[in-house]
Amino acid sequence: MHYINPITIAKQCTCQNQTDIEKFEKLGEILSMYKDEPGSLINSLYVAQTIFGYLPDKVIKFVASRLNEPVIKVFGVATFYSYFSRFPRGKYTIKVCLGTACYVRGGKTLLEKVKKELGISIGETTPDGLYTLEIVRCVGACALAPVVVVNNDTHRRVKSNQIPEILQSYISEVSNEN
Amino acid sequence: MNVTISIDGINIEVTDSTTILEAALQVGIKIPTLCFMKDLHKEGICRICLVEVAGRPALMPSCVLYATEGMKIITDSPVIRRVRKTTLELILSNHVKDCLNCERSTNCELQELANRFGVDSWRFDEQIENRTIDDTSYSIVRDSGKCILCRRCISACSEMQSVNSIGIISRGSHSMVTSGLDSLADSVCVNCGQCAAVCPVNAIYEKDEIGFVEKALSDPDKFVVVQTAPAIRAALGETQGLPPGTCVTGKMVSALKIMGFKAIFDTNFTADLTILEEGTELLQRLEKAIQFKDPSVKLPMFTSCSPGWVKFLEHNYPDYTDNLSTAKSPQQMMGTIIKTYYSEKKGIPPEKIVVVSIMPCTAKKFEARRPEMTSSGFQDVDFVLTTRQLGKMLDKRGVDFINLPDSSFDDPLGRSTGAADIFASSGGVMEAALRTVYELVTGRELPAEKLHVNGLMDIHGIREVSLTFENCLERYTWLNGVTAIVGAASGLGNARKVMEKIISGEKSYHFIEFMACPGGCISGGGQPRLTDDIVRMKRFNAIKKEDEGKKLRKSHENPSVMDLYTAYLGSPCSDKAHHLLHTHYTKRGLL
Ligand code: SF4
Ligand code: SF4
Ligand code: SF4
Ligand code: FES
Ligand code: FES
Repeated sequence: MHYINPITIAKQCTCQNQTDIEKFEKLGEILSMYKDEPGSLINSLYVAQTIFGYLPDKVIKFVASRLNEPVIKVFGVATFYSYFSRFPRGKYTIKVCLGTACYVRGGKTLLEKVKKELGISIGETTPDGLYTLEIVRCVGACALAPVVVVNNDTHRRVKSNQIPEILQSYISEVSNEN
Repeated sequence: MNVTISIDGINIEVTDSTTILEAALQVGIKIPTLCFMKDLHKEGICRICLVEVAGRPALMPSCVLYATEGMKIITDSPVIRRVRKTTLELILSNHVKDCLNCERSTNCELQELANRFGVDSWRFDEQIENRTIDDTSYSIVRDSGKCILCRRCISACSEMQSVNSIGIISRGSHSMVTSGLDSLADSVCVNCGQCAAVCPVNAIYEKDEIGFVEKALSDPDKFVVVQTAPAIRAALGETQGLPPGTCVTGKMVSALKIMGFKAIFDTNFTADLTILEEGTELLQRLEKAIQFKDPSVKLPMFTSCSPGWVKFLEHNYPDYTDNLSTAKSPQQMMGTIIKTYYSEKKGIPPEKIVVVSIMPCTAKKFEARRPEMTSSGFQDVDFVLTTRQLGKMLDKRGVDFINLPDSSFDDPLGRSTGAADIFASSGGVMEAALRTVYELVTGRELPAEKLHVNGLMDIHGIREVSLTFENCLERYTWLNGVTAIVGAASGLGNARKVMEKIISGEKSYHFIEFMACPGGCISGGGQPRLTDDIVRMKRFNAIKKEDEGKKLRKSHENPSVMDLYTAYLGSPCSDKAHHLLHTHYTKRGLL
């Protein structure tokens, strides 16, 4: 079987507005092409996440049964790569760095502050769908530690009392859009 | 190829497939290990077993380091001791250190090492994120707060058992052993407990039911009876400091009396009963297939006494559930008979009776709670304790086990034959069945030395024997000249191999015994830790000796079983026997 590029499939996908049943049908169709192809597990998860937006447990189980792989193996891969998410993702992903430099200079305090402000823990998304909280290990900006990354913005030398301000700036962005 | 190496200045010649850990043992040095487990798990994860290799800058993990010519090894030095201690401190910084009320205290590999290397202070901040305790399963509890991520359990579940129910999710400090799903109970886990048997700490263990049993024992309105599985007698002694292979049947009964059980019954009794039911069922299937050429008959027939195997089949080979014997397991037959026959005979209402089982097996806890296991009108077996848990209870009660005199099981459900003893070992159920079926069909004793079928009972692998029937009794002439092919496999990895061969048509059998645990119940998931091949063999021999020492060694010779048929059940596989002693299965499939 020739290689099917998952990115091409993902680009053609117009699934955002489909019902769950339609999404599973679509995914099933694509998985039947991937079956028996080496390395298909990662591609399958990539497509699944494109279709569903994230990887809920039922989708992981579905992929496992279609590819004839143990459920735990699919979970292992889906949780190994930070690209994949088991929970719906917010509009903004906040990554608090806990690499050595950031850790030493107060990364942990920042994390606690963000948790408290948003009322969520690591890996979770706020109920309004705005923020997802994650931690990272070093983003290469150690000289400016501690850092907090929100989508593509890197906030440097952050102090914990600046957190509310940073979060607020994105809320304002959203309300301006509306 | 042979190579010469030196370990702490001692020269030794070994093959180049020998690890430094193994070579050191040969010169009398036990390098400490934590993740390593003989015959099962060798991944070099924990780095406790580090040694110095002359000419190499870094210390190397000896459990995965192979001998090469001229290698010079140092296994102990101030540096090594310091690094080992630091490694332990790091492991412990991710560990809920509540040894004082931890089940594994005094029987914990991590605690033992920490003691040995004098870990006396906590230099690193405790980092325990998102501790989760999954106690959804009836059999197995998972506590991530205790897990040191050695992955022995994963090797047991995937390599040894081929179940693939648990694994690592996430990365780095978030790594966690789980089934991936919210609960182990919803996974393909078959409850075999082999993970719990190999875990070095208290991160995977069997469900605790000791509290319920103690409560029932002190309730004056309850009549609490107990049954002990064949494999307990060959292993319970180990929990009380006796060497593996000590048979403690008599002391065990005395101890259970002291603990206040009103009647002490032997699961061996219903093992004999199982042979009559299962043997009769086999003959019925063979007759339909051979005599009446009925194509709907499912052969080979599979044994059904190992609940881990049963659930494994239900998940992985749901098309084959009709091949399972419908006979319940001995544990479940005993529960039913106590709450019907015994209850009526003694005039004790079944709702007052509490049936406790002592089992070598964690899957028996799940089996007891299968919704169909209520043919007495009540849950047939109320509580299941493992051998390890009975050991705990004995300690708690203050039983001076070693010095106890012997006692005998109570009548009428305490009598058994040698055929029942060997249910504990792989191949034993098959041998017990052959002893009875052959004699039933031919009127002659099974032609085997000491009644042991050559090559059938063993702690390893897959076995197959054939047996030709000749000069059968009138009722069984259709079996004349038929060669029955029977097999036995233990460990679910082996069970899978046999199943694949049956499916591909490479092999065909009439009857196969499957046991979920490697070697059979003697190394069940609830037996004293740690079971290696040496311990397995000692328990195996103890069981064999128990069988050979009995006057009656064939199930159909058990007089109490015969009384039960005459007085209550009628005959094997009668309607009443079917109602009480047989069951059905669920086609679960994979998830
Ligand atoms: S698992 Fe071992 S080290 Fe950990 S708390 Fe229990 S006894 Fe102590
Ligand atoms: S009980 Fe058996 S099947 Fe379940 S997780 Fe443990 S080893 Fe795997
Ligand atoms: S649960 Fe036990 S055996 Fe499994 S990885 Fe954790 S510590 Fe090791
Ligand atoms: S440690 Fe945070 S950027 Fe390097
Ligand atoms: S015992 Fe060798 S690395 Fe764990």
